Amino acid sequence: MDMSGSKASTSSPRRGLSGDTRESERLHVLAVDDSSIDRKLIEKLLKSSSYRVTTVESGKRALELLGLGKENSFFKEQKVNMIITDYCMPEMTGFDLLKRVKESSALKEIPVVILSSENVPTRINRCLEEGAEEFLLKPLRQSDVSRLHNHMTRVNRCGSVS
Amino acid sequence: MDLKRQVAYMRRSLFDQGYLDEQFIQLEDLQDDVNPNFVEEIVTLFYRDSARLILNIEQAMEKSPLDFDKLDTYMHQFKGSSSSIGAKKVKSEATQFREFCKAGNAEGCLRTYQQLKKEYTTLRKKLETYFQLARQAGPAETASRPN
Repeated sequence: MDMSGSKASTSSPRRGLSGDTRESERLHVLAVDDSSIDRKLIEKLLKSSSYRVTTVESGKRALELLGLGKENSFFKEQKVNMIITDYCMPEMTGFDLLKRVKESSALKEIPVVILSSENVPTRINRCLEEGAEEFLLKPLRQSDVSRLHNHMTRVNRCGSVS
Repeated sequence: MDLKRQVAYMRRSLFDQGYLDEQFIQLEDLQDDVNPNFVEEIVTLFYRDSARLILNIEQAMEKSPLDFDKLDTYMHQFKGSSSSIGAKKVKSEATQFREFCKAGNAEGCLRTYQQLKKEYTTLRKKLETYFQLARQAGPAETASRPN
């Protein structure tokens, strides 16, 4: 599942080769939320905009999937173009996850978006300072999803997603 | 009354009477050929998932004195889910409950919780009826938006 978008690409997620959208061509978003309702919602929102989506219920699972987990991890390491995470989660908050991602040389280029149901300025600033691309209020809407595409395209252009 | 019109009327009432808000329309907009029952599925998921939270809250409410922090945490989750499906009145009661938690007002919490439970149950019944009716009416043209 290698995202080999090394050429500058401003095309929509649905790039085609001979009229077909190859699985690997679509941008892959990792969504993290402890609420099953919100996972279902975000999955549908993203899929409706032609993204490939993987949802997980915790920061721990997210890290495993990203390749920072324990040796015998259930998850095969996957490439992602963006991480969207809820802020309030038990054990590992979205902020903790953000920090771990930004501290990792392998992962720090991946744009991270934080979602929260609460509009707390200090929280927002903290996340942005730590390197979050955006801080969005829940519930997430289709108009929010359109904005996300800008962040992902930017990363592809640099070709720096390792 | 024609079944389809009945469905539209019922849907309209749910908004007019404040049971549902704009978020419900967001859910309807996501419903498509790939997920033709998306709205009903997510509402069902909400009621299934929140049953656990309700139980936790009720158990916590039986303790004396009340653990306001714990109650607030549960209600924060509950509020989030109800917000995600557009359950306006339920969300409003959840907000109120959290205010009382922050104020350490046990009586307020108890009172509000009764209201919340009532709204939660009422909405469930109404939506069950609505979805059932909608299914009977058959695949409708996109429901009209309340302006």
